[in-house]
Amino acid sequence: MEILAFFEKILNALPGACSQGLIWGVMAIGLFITYRILDVADLTVDGSFATGGAVCVMFLLNGHNVWFSIFMAFIAGLVAGAVTGLLHTFMGIPAILAGILTQLGLYSVNLKIMGKANQAVNVNKTDLLVSLRWVRDFAINNPIIMVSVIIAVLIAILYWFFGTEMGCGIRATGANLNMSRAQGINTNFNKVIGIMLSNALVAVSGALLSQYQGFADVNMGRGAIVIGLAAVIIGEAIFGKIFKNFALRLLSVALGAVIYYIVVQTVISMGLDANLLKLLSACIVAIFLAVPHWKKQIAAKKVGKINSNPNGGAENA
Amino acid sequence: MLEVKGVFKTFNPGTINEKRALNGINLTLNEGDFVTVIGGNGAGKSTLLNMVAGVYPVDCGTIKIDGIDVTRLAEYKRAKYLGRVFQDPMNGTAANMQIDENLALANRRGTFRSLKPGITKKERESYKELLKTLDLGLETRLTSKVGLLSGGQRQALTLLMATLKKPKLLLLDEHTAALDPKTAAKVLEITEDIVSKNNLTTIMITHNMTDAIKTGNRLIMMNNGRIVFDVSGEEKKNLTTADLLQKFKMSTGHELDNDRMFLSE
Repeated sequence: MEILAFFEKILNALPGACSQGLIWGVMAIGLFITYRILDVADLTVDGSFATGGAVCVMFLLNGHNVWFSIFMAFIAGLVAGAVTGLLHTFMGIPAILAGILTQLGLYSVNLKIMGKANQAVNVNKTDLLVSLRWVRDFAINNPIIMVSVIIAVLIAILYWFFGTEMGCGIRATGANLNMSRAQGINTNFNKVIGIMLSNALVAVSGALLSQYQGFADVNMGRGAIVIGLAAVIIGEAIFGKIFKNFALRLLSVALGAVIYYIVVQTVISMGLDANLLKLLSACIVAIFLAVPHWKKQIAAKKVGKINSNPNGGAENA
Repeated sequence: MLEVKGVFKTFNPGTINEKRALNGINLTLNEGDFVTVIGGNGAGKSTLLNMVAGVYPVDCGTIKIDGIDVTRLAEYKRAKYLGRVFQDPMNGTAANMQIDENLALANRRGTFRSLKPGITKKERESYKELLKTLDLGLETRLTSKVGLLSGGQRQALTLLMATLKKPKLLLLDEHTAALDPKTAAKVLEITEDIVSKNNLTTIMITHNMTDAIKTGNRLIMMNNGRIVFDVSGEEKKNLTTADLLQKFKMSTGHELDNDRMFLSE
């Protein structure tokens, strides 16, 4: 009976986990642009996620339309990304440090936007796009369906964009700086565009989450980069072998976020202290990042053994 | 076509690692010149090419390509006039992009990259034909990732990319040095073929003195950031490696030292 109750608990939590996972999936797709395409670890996202939430909620509270509010969050993300991009390219600050600086600055900006540490929106008084209130509804406003549609549209747009001349230039910039410049690609410009686009998606994700949970909080982005990385890594580990196409790779990243949240919910249902969650996430990401490195080292050791074996050559001949 | 006037370059000035890489270089290339460049370790060969390509700024002097002063032009803007192939085969292509995507990137060198398609169907067909001319079987692997290709195949592809949009000047920085002798010979053959077909003005650095003599119409020897020997036409054709070593000793007062040269002789 206890086992049954446990499964019931997980099943009960599933719709919520899926919705949250999909919302974070938007964020993970944004992170994919910097982390995988541009080959830059952009820590701005911890700040721009909350900025997106803050901007969206404040526009909603001022009576603006929900789509307009999300669009303004998108613009705020673009601006945050531009700051990091310019710190990195124009001012020559290493990408990670540039992201940390922007993120720190955004903490104050977010407080100023909201006027205090958090701001609530009431789903009964405001017309929202997603809310956890509707997580069990069989309708288009169910967050699982709504966010899935948004992700599908985003993937379609990104698939088109990264196939254009400009998008190919951004991909080349991440792949090989020397080659890109030799082919006349303005690598600095492309880095800024890529980081801007990434943070805009992250801000949209923050805007969706703040609606979903009914409030924006100045701390809501803390550790966002780790969750995003976890989603990217989990998605690639599980679907990497079958999803080769660019659009499918983006989808796998979004699914990675969903899996992450289902795992988190399961672990919480099993009785893990919720305060330990961030530590757990950090450990998971650290291990997943280490595995490819270890694989390489083991392979190198094997080769070393063959070479150092004096009989190795004779045996092979 | 190329006019380099009084170019100086010192790396790490004012430190213990100060290195004067270029020491007042003057070099003029006529249209259609194919110049081979040889010289010892640290003679300034690669620095000269990098200066022309705009990788680092010059300390003083001017560089003109086809009458246009490019001395202060950013590397990516200068790329409009230049085709470049590097020593490291990894350097000239984007490993995680497809063969056709790499060619499409090169086909847009010097143009503004807009929101038009990054590659068109028509382009793909023309790339297939172009790759056939290499005779490396790449025409059937248009959508393969370039990272899967061998070093020689990558250099051949980089050559195609460098010349897809006819450059005013082709810069080859020891582009066969990292390849095995047979592949190097093949890549050199493709190089001569492409250069003569398009009548390209070319600078090729090489460590192989035989190649330097038999390739191109002009030969330059560098030492200590200066051009110490410049020969063209009949005189160049009749050179031998022994002549070159002799010339080097005469003009510099010591033996030619280039690690790779000894290994390849």
